[in-house]
Amino acid sequence: MFENIDTSLIDWSRAQFALTAMYHWLFVPLTLGLAMIMGLMETFYVVTGKEFWKRTAKFWMKLFGINFAVGVATGLILEFEFGTNWSNYSWFVGDIFGAPLAIEGILAFFMEATFIAVMFFGWNKVSKRFHLASTWLTGIGATLSAWWILVANAWMQYPVGMAFNPETVRNEMVDFAAVALSPMAVAKFFHTVLSGWVLGAVFVVGVSCWYLLRKREIEFAKASIKVAAVFGLAASLIVAWTGDISGVQVAKVQPMKMAAAEGLQEGGNGMPFTVVGDIKIPKMLSILATHDIDGYVPGINNLLEGGYQTPEGTIALSAQEKIERGQKAIAALDAFRKAQKEGNKEAASVARRTLDENVAYFGYGYIKDPAHLVPPVGLTFWSFRIMVGLGGYFILFFIVVLVLSRKDKLKDAGWLQKLALWTIPLGYIAGQAGWVVAEVGRQPWAIQDMLPVGAAISKLQTSSVQITFFIFLILFTIMLIAEINIMVKAIKKGPEAIKGE
Amino acid sequence: MDYIFLQNYWWFLVSLLGALLVFLLFVQGGNSLLFTLGRTHEERTMLVNSTGRKWEFTFTTLVTFGGAFFASFPLFYSTSFGGAYWLWMIILFTFVLQAVSYEFQSKLGNILGKRTYQWFLVINGVVGPLLLGGAVATFFTGSNFLVNKGNMGNELMPVISSWANGWHGLDALTNPWNLVLGFAVLFLARILGNLYFINNIRDKELIPHCRRQLITDTIPFLILFLAFVIHTLLSDGFAVSPDTQEVYMEPYKYFMNFIDMPVLLVLFLIGVVGVLFGIGKSVFSKTSTNGIWFAGIGTVLTVLALLLCVGYNNTAYYPSTADLQSSLTLANSCSSEFTLRVMAYVSVLVPFVLAYIVYAWRAIDRKPITAQELEKDGHTY
Repeated sequence: MFENIDTSLIDWSRAQFALTAMYHWLFVPLTLGLAMIMGLMETFYVVTGKEFWKRTAKFWMKLFGINFAVGVATGLILEFEFGTNWSNYSWFVGDIFGAPLAIEGILAFFMEATFIAVMFFGWNKVSKRFHLASTWLTGIGATLSAWWILVANAWMQYPVGMAFNPETVRNEMVDFAAVALSPMAVAKFFHTVLSGWVLGAVFVVGVSCWYLLRKREIEFAKASIKVAAVFGLAASLIVAWTGDISGVQVAKVQPMKMAAAEGLQEGGNGMPFTVVGDIKIPKMLSILATHDIDGYVPGINNLLEGGYQTPEGTIALSAQEKIERGQKAIAALDAFRKAQKEGNKEAASVARRTLDENVAYFGYGYIKDPAHLVPPVGLTFWSFRIMVGLGGYFILFFIVVLVLSRKDKLKDAGWLQKLALWTIPLGYIAGQAGWVVAEVGRQPWAIQDMLPVGAAISKLQTSSVQITFFIFLILFTIMLIAEINIMVKAIKKGPEAIKGE
Repeated sequence: MDYIFLQNYWWFLVSLLGALLVFLLFVQGGNSLLFTLGRTHEERTMLVNSTGRKWEFTFTTLVTFGGAFFASFPLFYSTSFGGAYWLWMIILFTFVLQAVSYEFQSKLGNILGKRTYQWFLVINGVVGPLLLGGAVATFFTGSNFLVNKGNMGNELMPVISSWANGWHGLDALTNPWNLVLGFAVLFLARILGNLYFINNIRDKELIPHCRRQLITDTIPFLILFLAFVIHTLLSDGFAVSPDTQEVYMEPYKYFMNFIDMPVLLVLFLIGVVGVLFGIGKSVFSKTSTNGIWFAGIGTVLTVLALLLCVGYNNTAYYPSTADLQSSLTLANSCSSEFTLRVMAYVSVLVPFVLAYIVYAWRAIDRKPITAQELEKDGHTY
């Protein structure tokens, strides 16, 4: 029988993963950001001995706890979905990809789980210093876990440190340091984690401004804003800087993502950056993508047609040529295994040679049409603009908040208080948009050039995945609504309520 | 450290994590008893807060068990999770429900109301251990799947592992022996839950109730567990030829594994005695509170011995009933030597992790939970 993978199965598997990842990323950035801010506040408490800081830290911890639980719940699903919905992926690259996940569990999750218990239940049971250490270790655990999962994600975008083994039919790790310290992972870690810090800061400033708006908890709000705005400004500047580094990396290893993010059909040297519509900044795209005013940036058509000079100095292959070489690699793998089974060493070594020559294009062999190599351009293009635009806005926002805070004028700046409140959802939108650029922009690849999503899935009935998709959708949405509702109630009650505890 | 050693080492670590997970299911077992033991609001508050201070360990162990299994035996991860889809998904759903239920149940504005969240804990408490036990039983009874790595060479249908029926894991529940072990694990979790409450809570009404409930859960546990063990020892097992890697059925395979590896037999027997001693101590002495430690260590040793028995000594640990040669063995499903070695270096940090867990656990548990303490504490569920 001539079997084929059902494209609706691929789409639903992707939808389910996207749903889980996007929900997960509604909760994680606040965890990362608040962890640092409440750590700072508790440190002030231990250093100065002022009860005020203890109360302030405890209030933000309360909100942290409400948010944390849902992050844990969605994270569990995310990890297991690699197995349940991307089983072929799990075998094909599990040798490399599994390690960061295991290390994440052993080194990061246990740290988080252990010390969060001390943080919440230990106030009257352990010393001040041990408690402070526990608060920081909870945050460090969360940050370390982000490190390892982002190492894993960066590896999918830019696979390094591995070799294909036809005997086991998978990629195997040959250089752990190359995987764990890949430049893409480093940039991604700082860009992503610090965007969480920005969100944490936006959240604290926004909630505090709500108190100012209501003329409540003035001292608490002003102190919280001061800490969060300094922290947020520093973080948002680093996010911009690492975003710039990421841009150059993406242009180099995922040029199609860059072209899609720019909506660039025809590339060239000294390309302008399109802000929106016809508003363009001359040469800016070349500067962003190559750090060179006349640098060459290929467009979608150039990438499909090939023929231009790559940064390495070679002439780029066309998509069709890549697909042919990928098909050669896959056929050679098949031939290799057959020859081995028959004990034909000579044929096996011939097949092996063909495989090695073409293995860099392995994933292209599963692509049926060059057009499938182009990610959804509109979605990537607009998400990119939303991310960058909001990133710039946050820098400005924190500067204004800091200036007014220094002059002690925040209390009367009603417009800014309202603006700060409305900035909270923008923090979430920026993060989601960032992930859309990173993940939609790299379609169709599960692993860049090595494995398209269509060859990465589990063989299930589409209906099964549809059912679990809707179960998750309902479950996560109820959890989100409950979380927001609880959070709003806790904020309305305010830090005053903590006093008696 | 050669390749074979590393494979065995990682099977040991995965088995140890699995064994620790079964012990930590005392959280689930305890929750399954929430409305049985907790007859008043105050009693339920004590119960929920007692397991509520430990649930993250269970949850994290589950996640780490998954991660370690993925890293060391990726073919199991892909074949079992991608194939027995529904079995694992239902387990995961209940753990999702559990994860938010502690934090949300007593908070204003939680939408669903306290009762609903407490019922979520009960659902996870029953279904979690039952299905996890059922899933582990398939290591002995087999599952219905096919594996062909050569499929990667097929451009149109490159998927390596596939389930041989449309039930996707629910078929495991049609084999009564999987259910027998599943219920045995559920009752074991309830035993451990009772023992944990006895250790963790001081209350004149609640604790005697836990001791009585302990007997109620021990009887079905013993019957089911012994039935499964005897059945397994007498059954044919899935053996692997060390020379050809061919999988074949061998009479009394698991029994012979215990004879061939007497250390496992000793571990197993010490474990079972430990569980029984922990239970007996807590039933017969009205003041004893440390039964959980005997039963807990006993549980870890027993489960560890069983999991090592199903993986070591040329045994196929995840056998296929659809195609014997698709069965997973340590050698055909593990990661590369390089990865296992790197991971082995990382595992050196495990004792350090265990040490801080013990330290933090003791710091929190220095004073047992009482109704008065919960009224005063700032972070009560």
